[in-house]
Amino acid sequence: MIDRPLLSIRDLVVEFTTRRGVLRPVDGVGFDIARGEILGVVGESGAGKSMMGSAVVGLIDRPGRIASGAVLLDGEPIHRLSEEAMRRIRGRRIGMVFQDPLTSLNPLLRIGDQIVETIRTHLPVGEAEARRRAIAALDEVGIPAAARRIDSYPHEFSGGMRQRVVIALALAAEPDLVIADEPTTALDVSVQAQIIALLKRLCRERGAAVMLITHDMGVIAEATDRVAVMYAGRLAEIGPTPDVLTRPKHPYTVGLMRSTPSTLGAGGRLHQIPGSMPGLRAIPSGCAFHPRCPKAFARCDRERPDPIPTAAGAVACWLYDPEDPALSGAGEAEGTAT
Amino acid sequence: MTDHDGTRTRNGDATGAEALVAEPNWLKDKAVRFLDSDVYFSFKRSPVTIVAFSLVMLLVLGALLGPLIAPQNPHDPAQLNLMDGFTPPFSANQFTGSFYLLGTDDQGRDIFSAILYGLRISLFVGVVSVLFAGVLGVTLGLVSGYFGGWIDTLIMRIADIQLTFPSILIAMLIFGIARGLVPVEMRNDAALYILILSIGLSEWVQFARTVRGATLVEREKEYVQAARLIGLGRIPIMVRHVLPNVMGPVLVIGTIGLALAIIAEATLSFLGVGAPPTTPSLGTLIRVGQDFLFSGEWWIILFPSLTLLVLALSVNLLGDWLRDVLNPKLR
Amino acid sequence: MLAFIIRRVGQAVAVLFTVGLVAFCIFRFMGDPVENLLGQEATQADREALIERLGLDDPIPVQYVRFVGNALQGEFGISYRLGRPVSELIAERLPATLELAMVSALFALVFGVLFGVYTGIRRDGVLANIVMSVSLVGVSLPTFLIGILLIWIFAVELGWLPSFGRGDTVAITENWDSVLLTASGLKSLILPGITLGLYQMTLIMRLVRSEMLEVLRTDYIRFARARGLRRQAIYFGHALKNTLVPVITVTGLQLGSIIAFAIITETVFQWPGVGLLFVNAIFFVDIPVMAAYLLLVGTVFVTINLIVDLLYFAIDPRLRFDAPGKGA
Repeated sequence: MIDRPLLSIRDLVVEFTTRRGVLRPVDGVGFDIARGEILGVVGESGAGKSMMGSAVVGLIDRPGRIASGAVLLDGEPIHRLSEEAMRRIRGRRIGMVFQDPLTSLNPLLRIGDQIVETIRTHLPVGEAEARRRAIAALDEVGIPAAARRIDSYPHEFSGGMRQRVVIALALAAEPDLVIADEPTTALDVSVQAQIIALLKRLCRERGAAVMLITHDMGVIAEATDRVAVMYAGRLAEIGPTPDVLTRPKHPYTVGLMRSTPSTLGAGGRLHQIPGSMPGLRAIPSGCAFHPRCPKAFARCDRERPDPIPTAAGAVACWLYDPEDPALSGAGEAEGTAT
Repeated sequence: MTDHDGTRTRNGDATGAEALVAEPNWLKDKAVRFLDSDVYFSFKRSPVTIVAFSLVMLLVLGALLGPLIAPQNPHDPAQLNLMDGFTPPFSANQFTGSFYLLGTDDQGRDIFSAILYGLRISLFVGVVSVLFAGVLGVTLGLVSGYFGGWIDTLIMRIADIQLTFPSILIAMLIFGIARGLVPVEMRNDAALYILILSIGLSEWVQFARTVRGATLVEREKEYVQAARLIGLGRIPIMVRHVLPNVMGPVLVIGTIGLALAIIAEATLSFLGVGAPPTTPSLGTLIRVGQDFLFSGEWWIILFPSLTLLVLALSVNLLGDWLRDVLNPKLR
Repeated sequence: MLAFIIRRVGQAVAVLFTVGLVAFCIFRFMGDPVENLLGQEATQADREALIERLGLDDPIPVQYVRFVGNALQGEFGISYRLGRPVSELIAERLPATLELAMVSALFALVFGVLFGVYTGIRRDGVLANIVMSVSLVGVSLPTFLIGILLIWIFAVELGWLPSFGRGDTVAITENWDSVLLTASGLKSLILPGITLGLYQMTLIMRLVRSEMLEVLRTDYIRFARARGLRRQAIYFGHALKNTLVPVITVTGLQLGSIIAFAIITETVFQWPGVGLLFVNAIFFVDIPVMAAYLLLVGTVFVTINLIVDLLYFAIDPRLRFDAPGKGA
């Protein structure tokens, strides 16, 4: 990489120490996000996507903690910062959008007050200026008659409109990175595309990078530059979105693609990956996917694969181990057109 | 995992215990089942509950055996020695050399004996009031829930209005009215029963509301419908089928209600509108003792107060524990 | 919204009507008013004259309407025991009770909310746990024991504060002698004020704590944290406001309880308020005073309940627009 990445996650491990032992919802994830890039993070629920997003901004509640690894923002480590220093980063440099717009807004405060409060917390502007910016922000996210609606309470808006307000809030202090955690899951299908388009447009305009966490392949295809696939708290595969969607390498990604009514028009019938994702208490040995993997072999349940670099990304699968010549051809047969 | 192991160990225990009982008769069977029950299991694991339970048992025992273990009958003037007045606790009287564990009051009355006798009154009034409130509340709740209609509306309206006011105020009011209705010369003799009536009437609402709610749920269940079909009358159905299902919550309300009733009795007696001076309860003792606070005879008020405090707190803790065990949702 | 208010006011009137009926029954049917007023030696002619004058031979509904009418004008009859108009007795003693109740309520609210927020934020802190444990004992402790304990420590042993009475008073208006303006008056207010407010404080504290814990888990608090808002802003600007609805309900209802429990505190501290008047009335079966006190307290309770319900609208904007009862 020539440019220093905006966000760099390295070998991140999140642990929960419970009475029943130590759980690792995120177990050694690492990737970079460049300035202005939109990176999708995809996986089934329970794959650790949201937990990883929360870990980046230090919003993991006890008994969870970042056990090891690092999070670098613009080259500076932020995973060991004090709560106060982290607070200054949240909202100002990293904005967040959560899943449910109905519960993300404080029901007892006017939306304008919530935006003004956010702006004034981070930027040295007066009340009047903050309010002017708040109206502009609402206007930008497509709230009609923003100057009048600014004094409304959250319950006076529909779900889609509320998510627009949430986006305005996340962008209010002009962060460099937005972490959007399932931003459309709770919305009507008809609204989902609008919200994704809005998020994409605003971030492009401001040059803000986005980490778009979702389980929806359609959203990934629609909006992202690159995509990271997570499984059982680990990174399975990462690469440019078109590559991963059309030529998935990791058997899990392959299964995921086949089980999605594809937006890319791939023919054939819908497949199902046998079994289900393991719970945190019962992560299989070696590669966590091996019990469900159609291509598993002896090595898979003994050794855990690290991400192996590929042309434009990486894949954590022994099928692609360059030091294992006996197998180097086998994996290629699956997804490639070459 | 722990949970799993825990269950297994407990089951293992039970098998062991059952094996010990070679020819299980009915009582032993019951005992074994109790020792294996969740209630006993959680009791064993809560030291606070064990302490509270032991204290309550100790106080109840003291009250029951009071006349047998008390050094004197504090209400028999013949047994009092004025010369022993104001003997401090844990020491002998400086003139007569008599020893009183917890000291004496101005008339030479043994505080320890007075507490044992007072405890009898406090517990008697408390327990009977709660029983009265329970029977009344459960009956009205069953009737209200099972029959519905205007009778339900009437009972629940009364309950609502009563709930608007603190129960101690209701109790005082009923006490005042009942006292007004009793002829003057009988007021002292009837005082304890008036007290029970007023505390009982001030506490039935909780029972009634809970039982009514449970009855409404049970009423619609198939076994009640079935019992109806085979021609069982309404009252047998309620008593035999609905009642057992609401006993858990009723027990919890009853225990917490007992603490409230004991405090209510003490409060009324402290105010001078409860147990009469001829049959003093703990509250009456505290009322009388307050006068001696300023002259330095602190033991006259301290020990009855401590007894009341320990009693109320222990019963309260038992009630809390019972609530958590029997029905975590009932809050 | 208007429909809700009308219905709510209607309920309040219905409850008051019932309370009035009970008060009337006590007043009319308990004991014999004529005998109580005239004594044993009165002649038959005296009796008939009094029955005539009091209207005791009118139909019962007429008497009830007259009773309510009189009560509305503050006319409750003559105290059997003291031989003075009940309204006069109450007017004389009401300021003392109201001042005590207000100070207690303020104490309970301020410290209850402070401790509640503190123990909610520092849920695992040592100090928070101590406060919580002490409060558990506080809930089980009868009010009068708290009062006696405070008297023992601060009046008898330390001699810092007076143990009974109101101290010096200053006449604010014709019937209002206040303790709030003199040093000795304020000093004598401290112990009864704490005694009366302690239980309510514990209640409010526990409520605020559990509500805080609840609210701090919500998505909008998480989102507020994710926006980098300051701790104080999150705790006091966002979380506390959302705990206020239940807190206001309970505090409001507790205000009524405070007036009722003032009976006990006034007895412990010989505070010359209406509570002490009521206790004596019960003991001496002074029926007009009992009936009047019942009406007074009933009115206070019903009014407070009504205000509390209407306050919801001021706090929760959702209620102002949605149908009542829709809530969260």
